[in-house]
Amino acid sequence: MIDGVIALYIFMLAAFTGYEVISRVPVILHTPLMSGSNFVHGIVLVGAMVALATADTTLVRVIGSIGVFLAAGNAVGGYVVTERMLQMFVAAGKNRGKGR
Amino acid sequence: MNGAVMSTQTLVQLSYLVAAFLFIVGLKRMSSPLTAVSGVRWAGIGMVLATLVTLAFMGASTFNLSLVIGAVVIGGGLAWVSGKRVAMTDMPQMIALYNGMGGGAAAAIAAVELYGGGSQSTAHLCIALIGGFIGSVSFSGSLIAFGKLQGLITKSIRFGGQKIVNLAILVGTVAAGVAIVAGAHAPAPLISAFFILALMLGVAMTLPIGGADMPVVISLYNALTGLAVGFEGFVLDNAAMIIAGTVVGAAGTLLTQLMAKAMNRSLSNVLFSNFGESGAAGGTVAGTQKPIESSDAGVMLAYSQKVIVVPGYGMAVAQAQHKVWELCQLLIEHGVQVRFAIHPVAGRMPGHMNVLLAEAGVPYDLISDLDEINAEFETADVTLIIGANDVVNPDARNNRQSPIFGMPILNADKSKNVIVIKRGQGQGFSGIDNALFGLDQTRMLYGDAQSAAGQLIQAVKAAG
Repeated sequence: MIDGVIALYIFMLAAFTGYEVISRVPVILHTPLMSGSNFVHGIVLVGAMVALATADTTLVRVIGSIGVFLAAGNAVGGYVVTERMLQMFVAAGKNRGKGR
Repeated sequence: MNGAVMSTQTLVQLSYLVAAFLFIVGLKRMSSPLTAVSGVRWAGIGMVLATLVTLAFMGASTFNLSLVIGAVVIGGGLAWVSGKRVAMTDMPQMIALYNGMGGGAAAAIAAVELYGGGSQSTAHLCIALIGGFIGSVSFSGSLIAFGKLQGLITKSIRFGGQKIVNLAILVGTVAAGVAIVAGAHAPAPLISAFFILALMLGVAMTLPIGGADMPVVISLYNALTGLAVGFEGFVLDNAAMIIAGTVVGAAGTLLTQLMAKAMNRSLSNVLFSNFGESGAAGGTVAGTQKPIESSDAGVMLAYSQKVIVVPGYGMAVAQAQHKVWELCQLLIEHGVQVRFAIHPVAGRMPGHMNVLLAEAGVPYDLISDLDEINAEFETADVTLIIGANDVVNPDARNNRQSPIFGMPILNADKSKNVIVIKRGQGQGFSGIDNALFGLDQTRMLYGDAQSAAGQLIQAVKAAG
């Protein structure tokens, strides 16, 4: 169990990290980055899995299964669309200067 | 750790530590175009690692384990297929959909904790409830945003006293939450009422918001889902969830602020004002819209020194980015200097236009943002506006009465000639008239962006 105050420290440092990581991003990457951060909170999958693993009633199993289903969608879908978007920047980067 | 054997719990925790590290490195690398793809892959490795280690050591019964694997395969499989198939232009609503799923998952974790009755201290219960509340709002709100952008919900539903209704739902949700915390063993109907009210609040909050504001709203819900995941991480003692959720919560909040700022609107303005409905009273626009034939427009473009292209949502809807780039390549062969000017909120999300142009293969040194390009409009022979509207409306600079007054715009009105490709004579997303269209140097080329760009290609070829 993570101690309450330690948890608050983690919370505070993580919040600063998130703020700093984004603060110097060029506008062209805002959509991919929103998509990328959308993928990162797909980590909710591990929590949903643990919650379902310990389920002992039908109701909780149903809710837990929905949770895992949704979380897997978040993680996988988030990854696929982010990668597709960013792939295009690689392609465009290779064309660099060709247009002039 | 003393001795040779590491406990499985330590192993799981270490894998979460590595995953959290990879997420942060990944996000950092995603903030530069050249390292961006490797960034999402690093984060992906972290996700796979954390998932596999959790799966291996979570100690589920065979039945529960099969449920977990079944749900992962179905949810992941559907998302994989839909994510691969979706057109680039529909990306914003897919992000909304996947984000909503994450919020729903966080709410489901809270529901498992509450219905399961395994909860523990008052502090744990409160955190689970807050996370469940935020997750539920993000879930139903994101689904409405998805429905709106996908065209499933076409109307912004507004009625008198809407804010009071929303406030009543909020108060009801909080009351249910307080009752759950106060009672020793909360009855199931009370828990259900809490979640239903929270879901209703997400719907009620999002329905009145107009399409133009959706990017900001999606970004906000992205941040909220991150927060909900972080809160449920506290409940489950899961450091990876706390770190990843909080990082996304903070990053998403900043991103939301940047977007709102680019539109010159405050977040409360987006959420609580009914923009675009009553705001049309901006005074009448002087001048009439003067049409132009594509052949004349082609000649004009072919004999220019410098052309600035301003793409907007109209280009995205018509999937015209490839044709537009073909046209520009043709012009470049003619010795015309071509630049793309992208407004921070062009399209439906910041950077949406950049993604589309990148898809078409436009090198990004031809693409400039507002600050870089605005001084150059005066030297441009032609500004070609493709399905953009509000972001080039000079009223934002000149007309104090205009609802978009103060929004930074691209100064297309300063160039010698303006050609506007537009589907019809209607208004833009915000529903206000555009003073640019009535100016003396402006000509309108009516048609959808795809066919208009095709006609211009023919016209430029014919012009020599």
